[in-house]
Amino acid sequence: MMPEARGKEAEGAREKPKLSLVGVTKTFGQQAVLRGVNLDASKGEMVCLIGPSGSGKSTLLRCINLLEPIDEGFVYLDGEDISEPGLKPGPIRRRIGIVFQSFNLFPHMTALANVTLAPRRIHGRSEREMRPAAEALFTRFGLGDHLDKYPDQLSGGQQQRVAIIRALAMQPEVMLFDEITSALDPELVGEVLDVLRQLREDGMTMVIATHEMAFARDAADRVCFIDEGVIAEQGPPEAIFAAPKNRRTQSFLRRVLRRGGVHEAP
Amino acid sequence: MNRREKYEARQRRWSILIAAASTIATLAAIVILVPMAPGWSRVQQSFFSGEVFLKTLPKMLEAFLVDIAIFAWSTPLIAIVGLAAALARSTRSPGLFPLRVFGTIFVDVFRGVPVVLVIYLIGFGVPGLGLPRPWNSPYIWGTVALVLTYSAYVAEILRGGIDSVHPSQRAAGISLGLSESDVMRYIVLPQAVRRVVPANMNMLIALQKDVALLSFIGPVEILRQAGVYKSLLANFTPYVVAAVVFLAVTVPATRYTDYLMNRQNDARS
Ligand SMILES: Nc1ncnc2c1ncn2[C@@H]1O[C@H](COP(=O)(O)OP(=O)(O)OP(=O)(O)O)[C@@H](O)[C@H]1O
Ligand SMILES: [Mg+2]
Repeated sequence: MMPEARGKEAEGAREKPKLSLVGVTKTFGQQAVLRGVNLDASKGEMVCLIGPSGSGKSTLLRCINLLEPIDEGFVYLDGEDISEPGLKPGPIRRRIGIVFQSFNLFPHMTALANVTLAPRRIHGRSEREMRPAAEALFTRFGLGDHLDKYPDQLSGGQQQRVAIIRALAMQPEVMLFDEITSALDPELVGEVLDVLRQLREDGMTMVIATHEMAFARDAADRVCFIDEGVIAEQGPPEAIFAAPKNRRTQSFLRRVLRRGGVHEAP
Repeated sequence: MNRREKYEARQRRWSILIAAASTIATLAAIVILVPMAPGWSRVQQSFFSGEVFLKTLPKMLEAFLVDIAIFAWSTPLIAIVGLAAALARSTRSPGLFPLRVFGTIFVDVFRGVPVVLVIYLIGFGVPGLGLPRPWNSPYIWGTVALVLTYSAYVAEILRGGIDSVHPSQRAAGISLGLSESDVMRYIVLPQAVRRVVPANMNMLIALQKDVALLSFIGPVEILRQAGVYKSLLANFTPYVVAAVVFLAVTVPATRYTDYLMNRQNDARS
């Protein structure tokens, strides 16, 4: 589909995709929200999904994570069909982390308890034994002093970083992000996007729905423009942002860029 | 003190003054006017006899211990049954559909029938089956009736709390790979329970009073004891004693609940 996808390691690009969607459709009642989505992400690739509101970005991510069952099509993780109806979703969801726009953290638990809940319940580990590793992660993402705080004692940007750490604690193979900065004050957006850049350095496979065009252009390996439930155009960010071929991509970009989406370009 | 604070202080002083004056006027009216009523001395003698009050108080307090005991062992049972019914009503798994129906019937029935009626039916009905000894006691079955009724109310309060937890909390838990039951137990329930503490405190206060309804079917608790004294002394003061004892418990509990509720409202705004 996109053999020239810019894998960071040249040899990674030609491998079997880490995550692959084939003809995924999803309807809510009468409304066809996804109408045959095909999307591959190779290992270590950062794919950004852009597109108008209501085009199906969130739905797509929720389908990958099996939060919504799909109607038709296939979702493959490492070549394994995870969309098979009747498959136990728990073990698959552990391999795919997701972070949402807001209301992420559990408000009655400290940041550390948030992060360790799933490993404690699923792998039977204790908070005490996980603390050093968690501390290292918190410190790496600039949260070293905040392990024992409750979510309402943290800023929005800090909360989102804890939510990312919480998803990482299950050591997922793929991470999904759904507009994780759009509920944040502008001055907090940068610190969260920096975490995504760090994860890219680590070689994490990521699919990111975002309205941050500057980020998509600078950081993504590939940008997919979703419109009316299909991927209308995709390619390396330079191509999509500088010379979009699809007319709807063009008009979408014109609309959002006029609002100043890319002004902080390097 | 800035201008606004000065103004507010003046307003506050003024309203305290008004409240004090009207309270004194009302009390004075009662103290002066009520004794002028023709039947007052008779009422005073049969309802507010200081002598009877002091004489019956110790035994009345002793009887109140029975109320407290019934209250104390009903409360944990109500918590357990109420939680079970709430969970049964909240289950989404299609396989557990019968459980949901059962929970709904339970809640509808016990909220729909007056407490006294439930106490009569269960408190007299079940012992009537001719069960062997301690199991034929109306004391036990009367308490069971209270537990069932209050569990139905508590279940509905809890279910409201469960529904009030934002669905994205569940999604966040599920997406980490947690099971539905773990999500309920560690994520949804703790938040739900916290939110319904004040509402459940109100239920406890109501329960504390309704324990007295068991006097209709047997146990010698405070209300029944008051009845015994009334017949014995031909005087109604023991009922006033009972009322005072109840107030001594429920008023502080009500104030504390209001405090909790206010704190919760403050925290939310
Ligand atoms: N649970 C649901 N039930 C019914 N309709 C839904 C549901 N979830 C999403 N939809 C509909 O699906 C469409 C796509 O929604 P989706 O949230 O995926 O869009 P989006 O691209 O993420 O938009 P945005 O940029 O505003 O977040 C919308 O029209 C929405 O109304
Ligand atoms: Mg969305």
